Amino acid sequence: MTMQSTVEIEAMPEQPQWARELRESARARFDKIGYPSTADERWRFTNVDAITRIEWAADGPTSDDINLDPFQIPDLDAALAVFIDGQLRADLSDLSGLGEGVVCEPLIEALSRTGVADRLGAQSATLTDGFTALNDASFGSGLYIEVQEGFAAHRPIHVLSLATSGDTPIAAHPRNLIVAGKNARVQVIEHYNAVSDEIVNLNNAVTEVFADEDAFVEHYLLERESERGYNISTLFIRQGARSVVHSHTVLLGGAIVRNNVVPTLAGEKAHCLINGLYVAHNEQHLDNQMRVRHAAPNCESRQYYKGIMNDKSRGVFTGRIIVDKAGQGTDAIQTNRNMLLSDDARVNARPQLEIYADDVKCTHGATTGRVDDEAVFYFRSRGLSEEVARAMLIYAFAAEGFDRMQLAPVRRLLAAEMIAKLPRAEGLSIEV
Amino acid sequence: MSQTPLLKISNLHVRLEDDPAVEILRGIDLTIMPGEVHSIMGPNGSGKSTLAQVLAGKDDYEITEGSIEFNGEDLDDLGPDERANAGIFLAFQYPVEIPGVSAMQFLKAAVNAKRVFEGKDELNAGALLKHFRAKADQIYVPFEMLKRNVNEGFSGGEKKRFEIFQMAVLDSVLGILDESDSGLDIDALKIVSEGVNSMRDGHRAFLLITHYQRLLDYIVPDQVHVLVKGRIVKSGGKELAMELEENGYAPFGVNEPATV
Ligand SMILES: Nc1ncnc2c1ncn2[C@@H]1O[C@H](COP(=O)(O)OP(=O)(O)OP(=O)(O)O)[C@@H](O)[C@H]1O
Ligand SMILES: [Mg+2]
Repeated sequence: MTMQSTVEIEAMPEQPQWARELRESARARFDKIGYPSTADERWRFTNVDAITRIEWAADGPTSDDINLDPFQIPDLDAALAVFIDGQLRADLSDLSGLGEGVVCEPLIEALSRTGVADRLGAQSATLTDGFTALNDASFGSGLYIEVQEGFAAHRPIHVLSLATSGDTPIAAHPRNLIVAGKNARVQVIEHYNAVSDEIVNLNNAVTEVFADEDAFVEHYLLERESERGYNISTLFIRQGARSVVHSHTVLLGGAIVRNNVVPTLAGEKAHCLINGLYVAHNEQHLDNQMRVRHAAPNCESRQYYKGIMNDKSRGVFTGRIIVDKAGQGTDAIQTNRNMLLSDDARVNARPQLEIYADDVKCTHGATTGRVDDEAVFYFRSRGLSEEVARAMLIYAFAAEGFDRMQLAPVRRLLAAEMIAKLPRAEGLSIEV
Repeated sequence: MSQTPLLKISNLHVRLEDDPAVEILRGIDLTIMPGEVHSIMGPNGSGKSTLAQVLAGKDDYEITEGSIEFNGEDLDDLGPDERANAGIFLAFQYPVEIPGVSAMQFLKAAVNAKRVFEGKDELNAGALLKHFRAKADQIYVPFEMLKRNVNEGFSGGEKKRFEIFQMAVLDSVLGILDESDSGLDIDALKIVSEGVNSMRDGHRAFLLITHYQRLLDYIVPDQVHVLVKGRIVKSGGKELAMELEENGYAPFGVNEPATV
């Protein structure tokens, strides 16, 4: 089992001692635990053999001639960082206009900034997961985003990772570090896409978010990899008192996708929204693993995940809520709702509660259903074709997830892309 | 003068698709001419809603005998959407709540589906809004209703009014109103009735399913039919409704108290 993209530690550019040690210990960790197998409870439903079988390269021939238009988010005024096959392309990026008190630069150039040594890897190293260890060992591409105390980024930051290499399968290990100081505010869109559905690539991404007291962070993961591509994304979040973090995830592409969201509510009265939608068809396999830890009193977490599965696709949702002894007054809600559009689609949903405090309000629920026939008849009795009726109802099922997103252009784009993925929905136009 | 009936139901037998042993409609004959208002009354479970749903094209039911013609055309091969676009409207006894779809979006799609069916150009957003406003005024429904999700959280009465509004918006020619008066307060009943009357133009026809003679004071029917156990056991003028109000269904062999 080789992963050539991992480390050549010696060949890395000048880097502080701590970064070198982080990589080396992660490498050792990976050598010990290896890739996850289905014997690991957390990976029980997701077999990654198809990923580990491939001979991955760290880079390959990339084209200079790339049209970014199809991958922009229409009407969104955002700073843009473009990574082509894992490599930052400064010539295609524009990180201006973020305003005072905001640092946004390649992570690799930020390693000697104050606080980076303490934070980078502080959350990821706690998870004994092969893919995360690989990322820790190999991080090179990605951004450092810091918004200092009391400042707000003037526009969202769109981090676009585009796979273009048709011949060589490339594995990238994107790594972002997002630091919001006290009372700071920032919105980041992590976006994975590919120039064609023939591309075989892997993005094994890790983002660590640190939200200090009263900070607000809104994070989007838009996963639209090639349907032959793979994406393992892990979002770590550490929240200070009264901070508010919104995590939105929309999984549309990829052959096998694993989406980990790992927030720790570490300061009193922190609030975390974990909003997600996975839409699968053909033989896609989309796995979501939430691990929400309430480590301070009176925090709220809200998990709302929905899946729409067609053909022979498979969805997985595991939602673990851990309430530490310190988590008195926790208010945690978790719902996972799934809609199956075919007889062969499947979903595995597992809510898991681990509660060590006694004054706790925790609710969870998982449902799996189909499009409501009564509703279809109602729509048809008003003249809508069966196809349009179904598409509208499926869209309606997903709509509340979009409504939670603050950036209307992102919402619109995702809604359109979701609809485009529905069976025979050509006749449907929906305003979002 | 031989005019084509708007609706002609002949010897209609219907049973449940899933449970063929259950025959719900057992030989219905009913003819509605353009411009007429007919009313069907009958005890609970006699098959009134089933008839309404069968007319709208619901496929839970199987027609084992008989036929339904609309404007002289057999409806058998038409799906619910084609029937709607041809001009049949069913106001549901229990309208379905649809979270996530705004009433506005829903009706825009429905109006344009009908226009496409008729070979007309789709209306743009401005024209649609104007159309909705005019109909909201005609049927006395608050325009704000359109901003809410279809039937979601609507009160019983609001749901019924929204159904009638939809019929006006879609400009249907046959309105089948399944207990549109149930759950309406006295004022709302008048308002809904006025809305229905405002649609009467000598051509458009209505089939009113109701339990209460009161509705027929406001919308005066040409004929009243009594449906018992899947058969029309008596037809007459509006005085038949008064009779029922008085005596209940006991004279028709239904042992139920007269107060429903
Ligand atoms: N889809 C169905 N599945 C099972 N039974 C049904 C179905 N539709 C109708 N029935 C049965 O057929 C009979 C007639 O029902 P229907 O709803 O037509 O009565 P109704 O006359 O409208 O009654 P009400 O006055 O209570 O509205 C009832 O016994 C009902 O339970
Ligand atoms: Mg009924």
